[in-house]
Amino acid sequence: MPSRHGLNRASPYFFLAPAAAVALVGLVYPMLRSVWLSFHEWSIGTPPESARFVGLENYRWLLADDSFWISVGVSMAFAVAVVILEVVLGVALALVLDRDLRGTSLFRTIFILPMMIAPIVVGLIWRFLYNEQFGPLSQALKALGLPGIPWLSSPDMALISVIIADVWQWTPFIFILALAALQGLPASAIEAARIDGATRWQTTLYIKLPLIAPVIAVAALLRLIDAFKVLEVIYILTEGGPGLSTEILSLHIYKTAFVSQQLGRASALSNLLLLIVLMLTLLLVLARSLRERRAGKE
Amino acid sequence: MSGTATTRRATPFSYAVIILLAMLSLGPILVMIATSLKTKPEIFSGSFSLIFMPTLENYRAVLGDSQNARYLTNSLIVATVSTFLTLVFGCMAAYAIVRFRFFGRDVVSGGTLLMRMVPPAVLTVPVFMIWTYEFGLSNSLSGVILVYTAINLPFVIWILQSFIAQVPPALEEAARIDGANDFQVFFLVVLPMIKPGLAAAAIFTFRIAWNEFILALVLTNRFTRTMPVKVSLFINEHNIEWGQIMAIGTLIAVPPLVFTFLASRQIITGMTAGAVKG
Repeated sequence: MPSRHGLNRASPYFFLAPAAAVALVGLVYPMLRSVWLSFHEWSIGTPPESARFVGLENYRWLLADDSFWISVGVSMAFAVAVVILEVVLGVALALVLDRDLRGTSLFRTIFILPMMIAPIVVGLIWRFLYNEQFGPLSQALKALGLPGIPWLSSPDMALISVIIADVWQWTPFIFILALAALQGLPASAIEAARIDGATRWQTTLYIKLPLIAPVIAVAALLRLIDAFKVLEVIYILTEGGPGLSTEILSLHIYKTAFVSQQLGRASALSNLLLLIVLMLTLLLVLARSLRERRAGKE
Repeated sequence: MSGTATTRRATPFSYAVIILLAMLSLGPILVMIATSLKTKPEIFSGSFSLIFMPTLENYRAVLGDSQNARYLTNSLIVATVSTFLTLVFGCMAAYAIVRFRFFGRDVVSGGTLLMRMVPPAVLTVPVFMIWTYEFGLSNSLSGVILVYTAINLPFVIWILQSFIAQVPPALEEAARIDGANDFQVFFLVVLPMIKPGLAAAAIFTFRIAWNEFILALVLTNRFTRTMPVKVSLFINEHNIEWGQIMAIGTLIAVPPLVFTFLASRQIITGMTAGAVKG
């Protein structure tokens, strides 16, 4: 093995080169370009060199724009609502179903199906379910003699309908994680509590929930980050409407860029969304390292 | 799910709950499939029913349309090629991060986590601009493949790291002593050992590329469109052909559904790994 040592030193860079090249061209450079573009005014159809430098104008405009703040509010409401609902439902179901059930692997497979199919298809499915004339949900209400619900046509209801679709798709994520965490708990801790005379309810509240809390916290953060990325389901269900009632930030970016054709402003918007997601990611890293430290102590 | 001493026995109630949940998960998907097998009058009849004479008419109409056949092919090409590239580049990079100490290693491994979190919507504007005006890649399948490879790489690198870390270093040492260089060690010793990891990563990347919508919407035209883009245009027509659109939806859903049943264990591992370890 003649040149082994020489090769060794350079090897990691050879292994990294293709991935690094793709990431630089496809991720890093576009994000730098996005920062550049956010300080410019540029319209589709003209070369980027013709873009006009406007300084912080795009950001200033955004912060003074009502539709931006509405969109921020919609995004926050959507993200907070889906995370709370999914965590509460997912953990509650895991506690109820933490039993020696037969066929759990088949059930788990069924539960992940909604997460696997394309978001665009999830949108399709729910748009059909919500159809006010012939959709199955409306017909069920009619059969029960109940009044119809304007699922997607009223501004108040549309956001709730969009949230329901997300809860349908992603609650199983929390459920599966919570169940795995519960079933991985040390038997000794729960035995000890029981011997000390703890009721089942007390065991759940003071032993089980605190022990699985770190896993749930990380899972909830992952969901929160994902909730800010959602676009397709809402695009298909409501396109952000009625009005701006379901126009979350990612959809607002798309519309600002490709409907209103304000690319500079859309870039400023993109950078703000990226900032939110990055801050949540840092929180995630922090939560994970805290949990690992805690796990290390035990 | 082993029955530890603390796992309580299942009761009829717990079976009732879990079966109800399974029906809730499956129900909407079954509604889509059922609707795709119905005739127009049946869909608009005003009473949704799961009992009907199934017809393949909608599939015949969808697949008989040469445009749709082309878009399906585009989807297939984009997903397959980008998955292949992501896996090759990703496993090499993961190997470098796990097995070598080198300058910039921490930056690379921290960067992969951050880049995994970038929302695709954030990339639409700059990628559209760069692909169109700087790289000349707009409206081409290669442009879509490039951006899909880029967005999937961080996840693949990250998930393969744990598989590579499990390969016993002694095996690699033995190969080196026998005169293998770093590349031979990687391709002949390490790669065969991480096949399950590669399979899991392949399923994930294929699924993301196959399902992706917003970047494809921005980067393609009526020749290079993928199937999800077609759906979004189809559903905003005035008279929605629900039967046909549900047939398209079912066709798009088939590959991920098949993967799920074939490899649910790996998928759950991949899906939940992010919450379990960093």
